[in-house]
Amino acid sequence: FCILSYCTIFPYLVFQIITLSDLECDYINARSCCSKLNKWVVPEVIGHAVVTVLMLISLHWFIFLLNLPVATWNIYRYIMVPSGNMGVFDPTEIHNRGQLKSHMKEAMIKLGFHLLCFFMYLYSMILALIND
Amino acid sequence: MSAPAGLPPRPAGAAAAVYPGGPGASREAAAAQGGAPCYQNGPVQGQMQFPSGYGSHPPNYSVPSGHYSEVPNKAAASHLDNQYRASYYPTYYSAPAQNVMTPSVGTNVLNTQESQQLYNKTPPHTVGSAEGPIQGAIPPASYLHTNAQQSYSAFGNLYSTSVSSSVASQGFPLDSGHCTMPTTPVVSGAMYPSVSYPAAAGSVYGKAFTSQSLTAVGQFKETNTFSSWSISVPHSLQQHVPMGYNSTLSTMSSAQSVQGNLSRNLTGSAAKVNNQINTAIDSSSTTSSASPVLNNYDALEGGGYPEARSVTSSPVPAPSVPQTSKASKPFGYGYPTLQPGYQNAAPPTPVQPSNPGHHPGLQHYPQQYSGVNQLSSSLGGLSLQHSQQPESLRPVNLTQDRNILPVSSVPAPVPNLNSDLRKLNCSPDSFRCTLTNVPQTQALLNKAKLPLGLLLHPFRDLTQLPVITSSTIVRCRSCRTYINPFVSFIDQRRWKCNLCYRVNDVPEEFMYNPLTRSYGEPHKRPEVQNSTVEFIASSDYMLRPPQPAVYLFVLDVSHNAVEAGYLTIVCQSLLENLDKLPGDSRTRIGFITFDSTVQFYNLQEGLSQPQMLIVSDIDDIFLPTPDSLLVNLHESKELIKDLLNALPNMFTNTRETHSALGPALQAAFKLMSPTGGRISVFQTQLPSLGAGLLHSREDPNQRSSTKVVQHLGPATDFYKKLALDCSGQQTAVDLFLLSSQYSDLASLACISKYSAGCIYYYPSFHRSHNPTQAEKLQKDLKRYLTRKIGFEAVMRIRCTKGLSIHTFHGNFFVRSTDLLSLANVNPDAGFAVQMSIEESLTDTSLVCFQTALLYTSSKGERRIRVHTLCLPVVSSLADVYAGADVQAVVCLLANMAVDRSVSSSLADARDALVNAVVDSLAAYMSAASNLQQSMLIAPNSLKLFPLYILALLKQKAFRTGTSTRLDDRVYAMCQMKSQPLVHLMKMIHPNLYRIDRLIDESTIHVNDRVVPQPPLQKLSAEKLTREGAFFMDCGSIFYIWIGKNCDNNFIKDVLGYPNYASVPQKMTQLPEMDALSSERTRSFISWLRDGRPLSPVLQVIKDENPAKTDFLQHLIEDRTEAAFSYYEFLLNIQQQICK
Repeated sequence: FCILSYCTIFPYLVFQIITLSDLECDYINARSCCSKLNKWVVPEVIGHAVVTVLMLISLHWFIFLLNLPVATWNIYRYIMVPSGNMGVFDPTEIHNRGQLKSHMKEAMIKLGFHLLCFFMYLYSMILALIND
Repeated sequence: MSAPAGLPPRPAGAAAAVYPGGPGASREAAAAQGGAPCYQNGPVQGQMQFPSGYGSHPPNYSVPSGHYSEVPNKAAASHLDNQYRASYYPTYYSAPAQNVMTPSVGTNVLNTQESQQLYNKTPPHTVGSAEGPIQGAIPPASYLHTNAQQSYSAFGNLYSTSVSSSVASQGFPLDSGHCTMPTTPVVSGAMYPSVSYPAAAGSVYGKAFTSQSLTAVGQFKETNTFSSWSISVPHSLQQHVPMGYNSTLSTMSSAQSVQGNLSRNLTGSAAKVNNQINTAIDSSSTTSSASPVLNNYDALEGGGYPEARSVTSSPVPAPSVPQTSKASKPFGYGYPTLQPGYQNAAPPTPVQPSNPGHHPGLQHYPQQYSGVNQLSSSLGGLSLQHSQQPESLRPVNLTQDRNILPVSSVPAPVPNLNSDLRKLNCSPDSFRCTLTNVPQTQALLNKAKLPLGLLLHPFRDLTQLPVITSSTIVRCRSCRTYINPFVSFIDQRRWKCNLCYRVNDVPEEFMYNPLTRSYGEPHKRPEVQNSTVEFIASSDYMLRPPQPAVYLFVLDVSHNAVEAGYLTIVCQSLLENLDKLPGDSRTRIGFITFDSTVQFYNLQEGLSQPQMLIVSDIDDIFLPTPDSLLVNLHESKELIKDLLNALPNMFTNTRETHSALGPALQAAFKLMSPTGGRISVFQTQLPSLGAGLLHSREDPNQRSSTKVVQHLGPATDFYKKLALDCSGQQTAVDLFLLSSQYSDLASLACISKYSAGCIYYYPSFHRSHNPTQAEKLQKDLKRYLTRKIGFEAVMRIRCTKGLSIHTFHGNFFVRSTDLLSLANVNPDAGFAVQMSIEESLTDTSLVCFQTALLYTSSKGERRIRVHTLCLPVVSSLADVYAGADVQAVVCLLANMAVDRSVSSSLADARDALVNAVVDSLAAYMSAASNLQQSMLIAPNSLKLFPLYILALLKQKAFRTGTSTRLDDRVYAMCQMKSQPLVHLMKMIHPNLYRIDRLIDESTIHVNDRVVPQPPLQKLSAEKLTREGAFFMDCGSIFYIWIGKNCDNNFIKDVLGYPNYASVPQKMTQLPEMDALSSERTRSFISWLRDGRPLSPVLQVIKDENPAKTDFLQHLIEDRTEAAFSYYEFLLNIQQQICK
């Protein structure tokens, strides 16, 4: 059922990447892009935190440790948003100082990470099924 | 503005700025129409005279003329021309744009002197154009003269040099003379070299040679060597002669623009290039005889040196000096007089000899002035091999050289381009790059440790700019760049974009030149002749019909506000300027007041008196009568006047102390959203009710902390969100904060920052207790209400492939990668961008930048103002340093530091500033290996860099250790982000002059007034003597500091008090005394004041006045408890470099 939660995080990340690249190519404006993205920041953080905690509970130490940094980073990002900003993605700043690029990069890295995890979970699920 | 045609439309309401493929669409139409008919102004070209042409093209030109005449009308011509006069850089190319509709390209190119004359003389015309109704042929004519005058005022001023006696000359005859010139000279000039270059250029030249043959020589050597040479020479004189040099350049650009007009008016006005070159050749041939060269130098020297300020007083009056003055003085009688001068001076000699002829002169120069400038060694080597080491690279030992300030203002460096491009280039006042030599690769840029960026002032008040009406606006099909002077025409039918290198077709319509009525000369079109042009856009450039001018005033009427008494001033100013508000018959206006409730005013036509509607439900604000709150200014004028008269007294007894700013803004937004427009908010305290309420975040004990400064960012995103909503509805919010206590400007400013508004802050405002602030508000309001305004604007900055813009600074919302959405744009807004080099620029030698500002004028016209700047690409580190523009660098760094202090911390920002100096100087010193490492050496182009950075560190925005209120700090930061470079530099490094001994030497003449030009003083208390009186120009405020033992005569004559003791503490005006010194002082001050949009407040400060600290804080070279003196700062830098 890790897989289940992954099924939700995946589309989000793909969505995030698509939206950001849209913005990069000037198809949508910064305001709507950011409001779309910001809506999903909290679910992502919660979803990932839940998965991580579940790993801890089910005593999958390795996977837990693997997830921990990413979860921490997500939470850190969410907390560190300055009070005047409109969320992790701020339309007034997204075009400045290469923020768009760094968001993009971050989304890509996360996607890679989750892809890796996905297959790991799939593997362990199958393993568990076989063992049963 | 390059949304490709195929893209899905932007979300509705986002802007009126989607541009479906304009050119493509109208091409067929154009083709159908054929050449001539599609230009309405085609038929009228019988005459060359611009005025008549102007007047007789109602369809095309009446609008521009009306439009521009609005400027002189409203802002008063004096304001405009003064702006040119006082501003930092003489190079106001734009002004000259059309001043002289003549074949006399050369005149402007080469002749500063003439400009001065022209300039001196014109005042009567100015007045005429300022006041007269602008219609028919005559007003345009005088309008022209105004322009001429204005354009030249810059030169005249900077070129304080010579010919103070040349008052006699005139603008008008000159113009008419030119206008009536037969076409032939030009045509022939185009075709033949110098010999056949007859009357027009020749006489022109005659006027010119006095001061300019120096550059002229350079001009004809078209290679890079030449240009570096020509740069090097003037720069070597930099401290003393920057004016001469700059004015040359500006005149060049003026020439270019003149050419633009020329080509409009003259059939076959033919190759301007040729003209130019011819003139250049002429002049260079002049230089072949040594004596004129000497004269030229003398003239140049005269420009800068206190000792020898005018040609006539120059020590080496060589034979042609009298000639010069002869040529210039009788100038008033019309330029034919000049012809003899020309003929004498410029026999058509071969070009070659001019070089040798020239160099002796150059050598002569350093000998004379080596002592002053410490130039001897470097210049000695310069004489023949200038290109080896341009002057801007001359090493300056900062710790030893104490006098690094130039005598007059610091000139903008001139890109090292060949003369044709240089004169076409955009004025540095509108468009400046931090590195005028763009490095080839990012690696080189990183090595130089200097930021690469642009500083823009796109909507600057221009007195002249070519306005183009045509059904097709020619743009590159792939990158949507507007056609500009730097594109190349491959053949008659195709042009190559200079930004993306795509080859485009020239539309049929473009082949016809409406100004010359000639066909098949696309390169003569005004678009291709001017780097600053304005297009009248077709409906392709609109998402909706152009909006009317809509103004909404949101006024705080709580107890606090009434106490401060600002309402009276605001209402008074509005009443006075009601008729001058920019707009047309559709202009609408409305008022909202608020305390703990929000009050609306029904001003519907037909009511007997204004109706107040109070909405107390501030949590869910609604509009009581949506359609009668914003009313037509003309239809309801009486009601509006009644309201303005009544308002100040309506709330006198209010006990309401709360302020519901948030709800009032929401209401204002609702009211404005159908149309868009401008909301002006007056707020006097922290908003304490409803949405967007704020809490005090400032801890007074932390004001002078050296450690952490907190709360530089906004506390809530309410204002930001609202601002973005406003921006989406094309509404800008301008904030006037008049508070005595902390009002959290950091949060409130967001409302203006992201809606492209502007911010004014008046700390401890009180109408009677603080008259200085009250006066300032009054003056600011006058400017604010009457200045030009552009609605529903968007700006796009494009640059050559390989460069990319990554950060924007200023007040706007970046809507997509390179599109800035500006709900309103005003002439006082500046912008900055940072760039990086994505791809190596090795295969190109030039890069171009283009900003296009699409806006709706207050008259309901859609217009596009396009500026294009062209810069050379260099591959060596030395060249990068040679082209560094220190002022632009400092302004860009200031912008970056503001961002840094908000996103990180103030300490970080300060460190970054210091590191910027340390890194760049260290990089320079390691690159120039022959220098001794023990000294602190800077290239001449960067010699002011440490000084400016120190000044920046001592600004309110960045200083630590000195008590600074948080709001003051935030306001200073806001200003840094949104001020144009010229104003920002004054704020960073004020100009200090000694004014108790103003002398007639080195004066310039402005509108028949004699304006003395005292030299700049170092900002250090060592320069303040007790015997003196000093004047400091801080941009927004003027200080006059009077020493204890100041000469009683000065006090009596200028201040109007018998002695020092009787001078009052609060003095804000100089009396009109009937004494020479008073007259001089006043003309000097008004000359400075005229040069800027916000007329600054004057404050007289006595030595023991408590306000003294305000003055002394600007003496940035001195040591304070918390900060280094300049010398210590240098030592500190040196230490860090050596580490």
